[in-house]
Amino acid sequence: MAQHDLKNPVDKLEKWQEEIAQEDFKAGEMIIEHITDSYEWHIITVGHTHVSIPLPVMLYDEGEFHFFMSSELHHNNGTYQGYFISDEGFNSGKLVRKDDAGAEIRPDLDFSFTKNVLAIFFSIFLLGFIFISVANSYKKRKGKAPKGLQSLLEPIIIFVRDDIARSSIGEKRYERYTPFLLTIFFFILINNLLGIIPFFPGGANITGNIGVTGVLAAFTFIITTYSANKNYWVHIVNAPGVPWWLKIPVPLMPIVEIMGVFTKPFVLMVRLFANMSAGHIIILGFISLIFIFGEISQGLGFGVSIVSVGFSIFMDVLEILVAFIQAYVFTLLSALYFGMATEEAHHSSETINH
Amino acid sequence: MSLINPGFGLIIWMTLAFGILLFVLAKFAWKPIMAALKEREDSIENALLAAEKAQQAMEELKLGNEKLIQEAQIERDTILKEARKLKDVILNEAREKSIMETKNMIQSAREQITTDKNAALAEIKNTIASYSISIAEKILREELKDKSRQMAYAEKLLKETSLN
Repeated sequence: MAQHDLKNPVDKLEKWQEEIAQEDFKAGEMIIEHITDSYEWHIITVGHTHVSIPLPVMLYDEGEFHFFMSSELHHNNGTYQGYFISDEGFNSGKLVRKDDAGAEIRPDLDFSFTKNVLAIFFSIFLLGFIFISVANSYKKRKGKAPKGLQSLLEPIIIFVRDDIARSSIGEKRYERYTPFLLTIFFFILINNLLGIIPFFPGGANITGNIGVTGVLAAFTFIITTYSANKNYWVHIVNAPGVPWWLKIPVPLMPIVEIMGVFTKPFVLMVRLFANMSAGHIIILGFISLIFIFGEISQGLGFGVSIVSVGFSIFMDVLEILVAFIQAYVFTLLSALYFGMATEEAHHSSETINH
Repeated sequence: MSLINPGFGLIIWMTLAFGILLFVLAKFAWKPIMAALKEREDSIENALLAAEKAQQAMEELKLGNEKLIQEAQIERDTILKEARKLKDVILNEAREKSIMETKNMIQSAREQITTDKNAALAEIKNTIASYSISIAEKILREELKDKSRQMAYAEKLLKETSLN
């Protein structure tokens, strides 16, 4: 009896602890949830009501297409047509199904129109609207001084054209690459800035998503490779000014150079992704501190909030700076790669000069 | 781990969306903006060049004007000099001429005076002569009224004449 009495409270305690653990604020999970993609756009939670925009899920699996809204998952306790959102492992946050052995596997193709996709389309419409209206004001105010939005953006456009494109690619060919460089610059910049805004329609961590930065880097890689001239490939296979024993019999330099062709866009991808994600993680970390301390005691939570908000503001300001810097760095490096790919051999002219 | 696990769908959508953005912005935004910027830069450059040219032209004009003014001044000076010279010459000539003329006039006046004087003297002499003759006649007539006196006078005259 005594044993039973003793055991019962322990059981109760364990159960209670489990309950607490379930309701416990998990900073790590919250942060990852905020900076990764998701199948719905969660806007706000009031009490126990989640306000979110359901987004279409499109899957192609085992020869079949599955279309449904992400809200169906909620309505059916998280699982719909056998698919559910994994909460751990490599695929956490993504739709998976259980295979015969009970392991989670991803559908063959997942074309879901996710939160980041919506945010990308939003930013694209914003960019299109801004720049087409600016272009129109250029047409309307031909030969006149810029005005309004036009005068805000003109220095940046000129900066990208002159200090990034022209100085990296050269006077002869820069005009071909300027449209792409301007597009990636403003795409990255506007998404970096929208990412700092914590609520809808901002807040989606687009430039901190490795898939998005990967696509941007792939564009740079493809354009670089496509526009590369003979000189570029000669440099890779037979780099001039390098001792012959680094090329024959072991082609050490060519291997390094060929690796370099792929590491350049890879580094572009990782740099932007890591910088933007890190900034978001730090800000979310400061915000999380408030709730972690708040769970210990409400007063402590309020106390910490002063410090946390202060640091968050500091980080936000820093993030604005980083937003510009990362857009600049990505564009500048892309321009440098284009410049390298299109650089003409100047050895013959040099020998003539000397 | 989910952080570095890119979603396949997102990559497809991103490629599509970014491709569209690139195409649309390149065609409808960057092309007109770049063209407008270039046009404006060209026009500014042209305007600056034109201004410079105008300034140069102005300077040249100014230089030309100065030269012209200098030349005009020199010309004026020479003209003035010449005029002065001419004036002196004319004055001198006039003076000389007037002096000569005066001299001539004086000379002719003198000559006239001499001629007139001589004429007057001659007339006076004639008149006096005729008066003397008429007086002498009258005297003679008075003297020789009677025969004795006439004879005495003739004898006196004969005496005087033979004495000579």
